[in-house]
Amino acid sequence: MRFLFKTDYEDDIKLFPHSGYIVSYGILLAFLAIAPFVLSSYLVSQLVFVCIYATVGVGLMILTGFTGQASLGHAAFLAIGAYTAGYLQQYNVPFPVYFLAAGLITGVVGALVGFPALRLQGIYLVIATISFGFIVEEILARWETVTHGNEGMRVKTLSLFGAVVPRDGPTFYFLCLGVLILTIVGTLNLLRSPTGRAFVAIRDSETAARSMGVNVSLYKVKSFAISAAITGFAGVLFAHKMSFISPEMFTLQLSIEFIIVILIGGIFSLHGAVLGAIFLVMIDPFLTYLKDDLPVIIAGIAATFGADSITAGKIHSNVAAIASANGLKGAIYGVIIVLFVLFEPLGLYGRWLKIKLFFQLFPLYKRATFKRQKIYVKSERNR
Amino acid sequence: MLDFVQQLVSGIALGCVYGLIALGFVLIYKATEVINFAQGDLMMLGGFFAFTFIGMLGLNYWLGFAGAVAAMALFGMLAERVVVRPILGYPQFSIIMATIGLGYFLRSVVGMIWGTDDFKIETPFSDGVLRIGSLVLAYDKLSVIAATIILCALLYLFFNRTTLGTAMRASSENMLAAYYMGIPVKRVVSIVWAIAAAVATAAGVLLAPITFIHSNVGLVLGLKAFPAAVLGGFGSIPGAVVGGVLIGVIESMAGFYLPQGWKDVAPYIVLLVVLLLKPEGLFGVHMRKKV
Repeated sequence: MRFLFKTDYEDDIKLFPHSGYIVSYGILLAFLAIAPFVLSSYLVSQLVFVCIYATVGVGLMILTGFTGQASLGHAAFLAIGAYTAGYLQQYNVPFPVYFLAAGLITGVVGALVGFPALRLQGIYLVIATISFGFIVEEILARWETVTHGNEGMRVKTLSLFGAVVPRDGPTFYFLCLGVLILTIVGTLNLLRSPTGRAFVAIRDSETAARSMGVNVSLYKVKSFAISAAITGFAGVLFAHKMSFISPEMFTLQLSIEFIIVILIGGIFSLHGAVLGAIFLVMIDPFLTYLKDDLPVIIAGIAATFGADSITAGKIHSNVAAIASANGLKGAIYGVIIVLFVLFEPLGLYGRWLKIKLFFQLFPLYKRATFKRQKIYVKSERNR
Repeated sequence: MLDFVQQLVSGIALGCVYGLIALGFVLIYKATEVINFAQGDLMMLGGFFAFTFIGMLGLNYWLGFAGAVAAMALFGMLAERVVVRPILGYPQFSIIMATIGLGYFLRSVVGMIWGTDDFKIETPFSDGVLRIGSLVLAYDKLSVIAATIILCALLYLFFNRTTLGTAMRASSENMLAAYYMGIPVKRVVSIVWAIAAAVATAAGVLLAPITFIHSNVGLVLGLKAFPAAVLGGFGSIPGAVVGGVLIGVIESMAGFYLPQGWKDVAPYIVLLVVLLLKPEGLFGVHMRKKV
């Protein structure tokens, strides 16, 4: 295992603490760079969704993970970004302009949401953001001159500097990947800056942050604005990927999915946002796999244990019926969320840290290292 | 004027249902500071239990009602034991997520077992109207209002006149202190969940004549009951009912007098305005920390 000796503050906030990081991220980047030329177009398309969800995840992570302000209204920010792109595109505005415009507009809306949110805490903030989501959804459905209402809006193929970028080609994938990487690097730098420190201070204790001289209201609004702007950027890409947007795509369900991304990935880390996005996007192909292959596998296992062909066939059809039941996805979501909250509150990234530590400390690993302390109920009422 | 009264009564009836679900939120929040996002889904599940007992097994309405309430009380305890107790005291966000997960799970499982169609429970109040002059009031709506009043009175008596109720209030004030005073806090919490699930079931069954029971009804109504609880100030029992009635009346008035589309948004706009002016709700108490 490698020991890092930090001798000054600069060491503590390095982007890459040691050369291993550069090597491993370099390898990952190389793999991502050749991905569209080796993988099937379906998988590349899934990767594009991973990039988009991960971008939203990073945005939400800034707000929820690092500033401690829960939001169940992020689908609305995504919608504002997507609709801005769709609307401006009709007037032949070039991509870079409406991309930035979408970020700017969602950022401003985010700040506007942030102001009323200043006085709210915990559950009241959650319900306020849910309300905001509903109101935006309804506005999208009613403001027909701009959004075409419930009919939805067609988004033209992206054209970048005169060249057409089809939504399933490698160029579009690289665009999304580029946005994700820029977002992550930007967020990492933000977290190293005084602003990011202030965010974390607010998350850990608002009172302490205030007494340290942090302007809590200002930083909360900033956090809302930055988070919303990033989500708006993702919204532009989302609109192009879907090539059709309508109000019923941006519901509370989607906001909950974003929360699932950061929760299952790992709530206090940027790695978590990416891992969570991978998880959320991959659950659909996984379910398809369950439907197609699981009955065969289970019937095969039954056959090896001496079941005759009729029973094996019965088992096959029963398993197939369960695997293709309508609500299976929801049930699996539900179980996974509950299990993660109960057993792995730090998410997939927390699990990864544990595995890494196990190998680093190999014969000396203690399970108690990550044991959660018993917490006695702390009332949030008189905070 | 007649229209107005008509809308008012149906708004109050709808609001009472919201209030009953909100009551469940508030009961659980008061005792454990847990926000149960699955409350609407508990209501939905209760409705389906009642449908199974009454519609499929052909039991008497009241018997089926009681059976569903009892079954759901047990289920509430089970849910508390499995999902909530291990994370009691952790940040609210984790608990919110856990109950959202529970809600997802219940919706899908109910969808898989009973299907995704609409179901109707035959009640003694299903048809029949009360005529006062030219005012026509349907029995099913009046029954909801009456049942809410009865349930609230019962809960009030329970909390103020019984030992168990006092124990619940004590553990909601300060769990650790209650524990030191010899109150079995864990058992109290699981009874609170049982009561909340039972109240939700009552709401579900009463609701059946007004809207049909389907696997998403909990989500839809839960999302309306939630503002009701917040509007009344989370943690205040009368507040929950008043908030529910307010939301119901606003919704029904907006549906009648305002252009289409306002009906679904009006309660949330009112909620946001109220939260802006009074961040702890209408009846909320702002507790100050003593330093």
